Amino acid sequence: MSSATDTPTDAIAGDGIVRAADGTPLKRSLARALRREKLRSFLLIAPLLAFVVISFLLPIADMLFRSVENNIVRDTIPETVQTLASWDADSGELPDERVFAALYRDLQIAVEKRIHTRLGSRLNYEKSGMSGLFRKTGREVRRLEAEGPFRERFIEIDEDWADIEVWAVIKRYSPPYTPGYFLNAVDAELTAEGVEMKPENERIYLTLFWRTLVMSLMITLSCLLLGYPIGYLLSHLPARSANLLMILVLLPFWTSLLVRTSAWKVLLQQQGVINDFLVWINLIDDAGRLVMINNQTGTIIAMTHILLPFMILPLYSVMQTISPSYVRAAKSLGASDWTAFWRVYFPQTVPGIGAGAILVFILAIGYYITPELVGGTSGIFISNRIAYHISTSLNWGLAAALGTILLLLVMALFYVYDRIVGIDNVKLG
Amino acid sequence: MEVFAGDGVQKAEWKAISRGAAVKFDGVQKSYDGETLVVKDLNLDIARGEFLTMLGPSGSGKTTCLMMLAGFEPATHGEIYLNEQGINNVPPHKRGIGMVFQNYALFPHMSVAENLAFPLQVRGVGKAEQEDRIRRALDMVELGAFGGRRPAQLSGGQQQRVAVARALVFDPELVLMDEPLGALDKQLREQMQYEIKHIHENLGVTIVYVTHDQTEALTMSDRVAVFNDGVIQQLSSPDVLYESPQNSFVAQFIGENNKLSGEVVAMDGANCEVRLDDGTLLVADPVNVKGAGSRTTVSLRPERIELAPSDEPENVLDGKIEELIYLGDHIRVRMNVAGNDEFIVKVRNRRDKRPISEGDMVKVGWSASDCKALDAVA
Amino acid sequence: MKLKSILMATAAAGVLALPAFAEGDMSLAEAPCENCADELTVVSWGGAYQNSQIKAYSEPYAEATGVTFVWDESSAEAVAKLRAMSEAGNVTWDVVDVVASDAIRLCDEGLAIEIDGATELAPAPDGTSADDDFGVLRVNDCFVPQIVYSTTFGYRTDVAEWNGAVPDDICDIFDLETFPGKRSLQRRPIDNMEWATYCNGTPKDEIYDVLSTDEGIAAALAKLDTIKDQVVWWTAGAETPQLLADGEVVMGSTFNGRLFSAIAEQDQPIAMMWDMQSFDLDGWIIPEGLDEARLNRAKHFLKFATDTQRLADQAKYISYGPARASSAPLVGTHAELGIDMAPHMPTDPANAANVHNYDYTWWADNRDDIDAKFQAWLVQ
Repeated sequence: MSSATDTPTDAIAGDGIVRAADGTPLKRSLARALRREKLRSFLLIAPLLAFVVISFLLPIADMLFRSVENNIVRDTIPETVQTLASWDADSGELPDERVFAALYRDLQIAVEKRIHTRLGSRLNYEKSGMSGLFRKTGREVRRLEAEGPFRERFIEIDEDWADIEVWAVIKRYSPPYTPGYFLNAVDAELTAEGVEMKPENERIYLTLFWRTLVMSLMITLSCLLLGYPIGYLLSHLPARSANLLMILVLLPFWTSLLVRTSAWKVLLQQQGVINDFLVWINLIDDAGRLVMINNQTGTIIAMTHILLPFMILPLYSVMQTISPSYVRAAKSLGASDWTAFWRVYFPQTVPGIGAGAILVFILAIGYYITPELVGGTSGIFISNRIAYHISTSLNWGLAAALGTILLLLVMALFYVYDRIVGIDNVKLG
Repeated sequence: MEVFAGDGVQKAEWKAISRGAAVKFDGVQKSYDGETLVVKDLNLDIARGEFLTMLGPSGSGKTTCLMMLAGFEPATHGEIYLNEQGINNVPPHKRGIGMVFQNYALFPHMSVAENLAFPLQVRGVGKAEQEDRIRRALDMVELGAFGGRRPAQLSGGQQQRVAVARALVFDPELVLMDEPLGALDKQLREQMQYEIKHIHENLGVTIVYVTHDQTEALTMSDRVAVFNDGVIQQLSSPDVLYESPQNSFVAQFIGENNKLSGEVVAMDGANCEVRLDDGTLLVADPVNVKGAGSRTTVSLRPERIELAPSDEPENVLDGKIEELIYLGDHIRVRMNVAGNDEFIVKVRNRRDKRPISEGDMVKVGWSASDCKALDAVA
Repeated sequence: MKLKSILMATAAAGVLALPAFAEGDMSLAEAPCENCADELTVVSWGGAYQNSQIKAYSEPYAEATGVTFVWDESSAEAVAKLRAMSEAGNVTWDVVDVVASDAIRLCDEGLAIEIDGATELAPAPDGTSADDDFGVLRVNDCFVPQIVYSTTFGYRTDVAEWNGAVPDDICDIFDLETFPGKRSLQRRPIDNMEWATYCNGTPKDEIYDVLSTDEGIAAALAKLDTIKDQVVWWTAGAETPQLLADGEVVMGSTFNGRLFSAIAEQDQPIAMMWDMQSFDLDGWIIPEGLDEARLNRAKHFLKFATDTQRLADQAKYISYGPARASSAPLVGTHAELGIDMAPHMPTDPANAANVHNYDYTWWADNRDDIDAKFQAWLVQ
């Protein structure tokens, strides 16, 4: 809308709205022109969006849901749950005949559908013996006559039915949502008296969460200490040598996990290469061979090895963009080598350190195969327990709760990191 | 190769030379690969307070010389002296030389004031004095209000001034500038040339300036060292460099230049006679010829040639006008003279100028002293 | 098997008949299979064990029926994967090899179908019903046992510090004075808790009663505590033989077949200690949710693969005992080494003088609880 046009412009009409040549308001006509562009952009990212939603957001939502979901009790024995509502676990008395009769009817249907043992497995997470109780009762209940008194009949099948605690557990876990998994995940449990910490000899998860954090930080730090000089060297070498070195840096990615694990074992075990060498040069005696694998040391060494490239690559790409003239300028201004490095070069690599550190830390916190293989008992992570509950104990609710806590923990750390380092101060290249 | 020095300095009666050499290159050689020399036997004295420019095409060795002086590249052979002290083994940060880099090299994570404070902090200058000096340095480059800004928030010209201020804030006696204006647009560049020149005059520091831009070299310098192929081709004041190039390379590199090749047929005291390849005979100033029978390239400036000369210069030739280019203050006339159809004549755009047009046959003339017989170029 | 039909089958298939193929009755494989799929996805453990199954079961079956086999080495995660497949409503496995405890879990979870021993499994050659032939080893209706293996100990035969002493008692594991050096144990409570309880002086038949109490668990963990800093914990069966071979440990538990390979095939200075070996079972289940054609094929294969001769054939390739009583007399020599396999079987009377019978149902009820305590103890 330049005033230099020959004809007097009527772009601004009496109402003060800027209009295009055909009289439509300029804003609307601009929006129309941009709509196509926007639609195109959206269509371009649509496959990725769909992929992220299906492969990432939905599973996470599912995980969050599973960590509290508990429909199995009321779905399997609905009538029992209903009649049990009026029973008071603190009364010290067993539920009355109505409840047992309801259980009988519920189990008839459940056994028919073969889902009663599933409920047993679920309740067994909360109280040992529940799975056996349901399996055994399921077998017998088919042969049970439809006539009462059911209470006596059930107690005849298994005397555990006379245990008030059994009923208390069923009642406690009858709501469709439960905090039970989350409590378990922080070494607490739901008891008749409310939430309590588990006995000392069953606490494990808080220790593991703490250990996972501390060891991930140590791994991040050792990656930084080892990776920084390599990144520096890479960025200062001529392209050909840098490429060769880069291949060596990326080598861990190209070897299979089993090969790497075997290599570490050969190197690190007590009868391994490093110990043999140390004994040979008389640095240690045969009895004093170092334990470097199947413990925290092993996990830190192995994971540092695997994750090192994730530190080196962002460092390298950031260092590459730092012109050598900065350090030269600093020196020409009178700074010693150290001052030039520390006050001029290092601060400019902080975005690379930030990116590398957050990559390594987040990858480390979720690793489980390597700690499983070389971590022994003191070097395993929380993810190893998650994997155990996913694949062996099948306690997916607990696994989901542990995973959710880990996710929240990472997000909280990310927030702290943002406050300290600033997320816009992170550069991958 | 011989270094042509001294001559221009005498003509300029240059004031500071008597104060003694601030920098001395003594037989300096530099090789990166051990096979070829990038700098071949450099001998050069730079006087205290002098503005010396190293001018040359890229790869001529000028930047390498600057880097050796700054201490970022070791000399392969020879010695560099700073105030009569050999500095080959002095690390860069102990040389006390201010430097302005091509891309300014302002520390991006520090504010302008912090950038300027840096050389003062590493020297342990007290807080109060730091502030005082930073203020003065910023005032000098007219950026007094910009101390709190980050370099990225400044324009190219402003960054350049900060870089100059930073190189000067710790009062170095010698300041090196490595193509400092290369990244600026033309107008800004010219303005900065004057500013740097003024700072030099006001502070009296020694400046060694590297550029490949001849205009910059001519406008700013006390002396210019023209580099080519690792050797100083000529070291003279700007006027001498232009008026009396010592060889064909300098004549070519500095200003515009018509080349006519031929053979010296006779030497005659102050002048020599040259037969051009098409048989034309010329009288020229024998600057760089060995004697009769040697090949030569005759060089003459386009503005020293007269069309249809009224007086009688030593050389008058026939020429044909091929092309006229109107440039406002003057007209460039491309002609065919003595078989060379790239022969350029600059005609001042005067009111009384004679009308000329393409295709005209015109006489061209010039005096023998304006036409230098130099070494032959292939 | 008649010579004529061998020749016919060989000519038809164009390959050499296997030794297993030459023996026994192939009628189960040749029995008609109506509405049966042509492809069978079998899940097993990989390695030498899966090879023995391929040689003894799937190759002769494929030979006779033309069915294509797809092998998946996922047995270690079978339970979790089957649960995930069932939730997704897309079960891609037909026959799955699992250990007995997993079979119990799969059956409890409704992820495996029940198999009728009277009609869907082959009786013994003498007419004994399949259920009687398997006996107590058929731990539930979903599980068709295949082999008996044991978790037992191997030790190095060249440990100088032992001064010639040889471990022959399970409690030698806990004797660091006579048998110094590191031991490898499986990183799970099963077996370890029983051995610890037994070595605390509990009679064998009271072990599970003791472990049902908090004090019993504490006592077992206290016993394990005495050797905790000398234990390397393993998760994969191949680890102990390797650790023994490297000299990293002087004794360690693993599956007897793994030790057999290390001793008989690789000639390592290792010997077996059979005392209180813990019997365990491996067998087949068929997942819930197969369509009819695939289900028919799976049942048809299973009936063939678990008959008396096939189970005995498998023992030619690996030192695990056949789960049918009727197969035991048919166990011969190793297919390549020519060793008589019977003395290497965990079920051999000389080896089975003192065995520990692992109680699946007890563990099914108590595993979650004991595992929590065991893992907490490990981490401390």
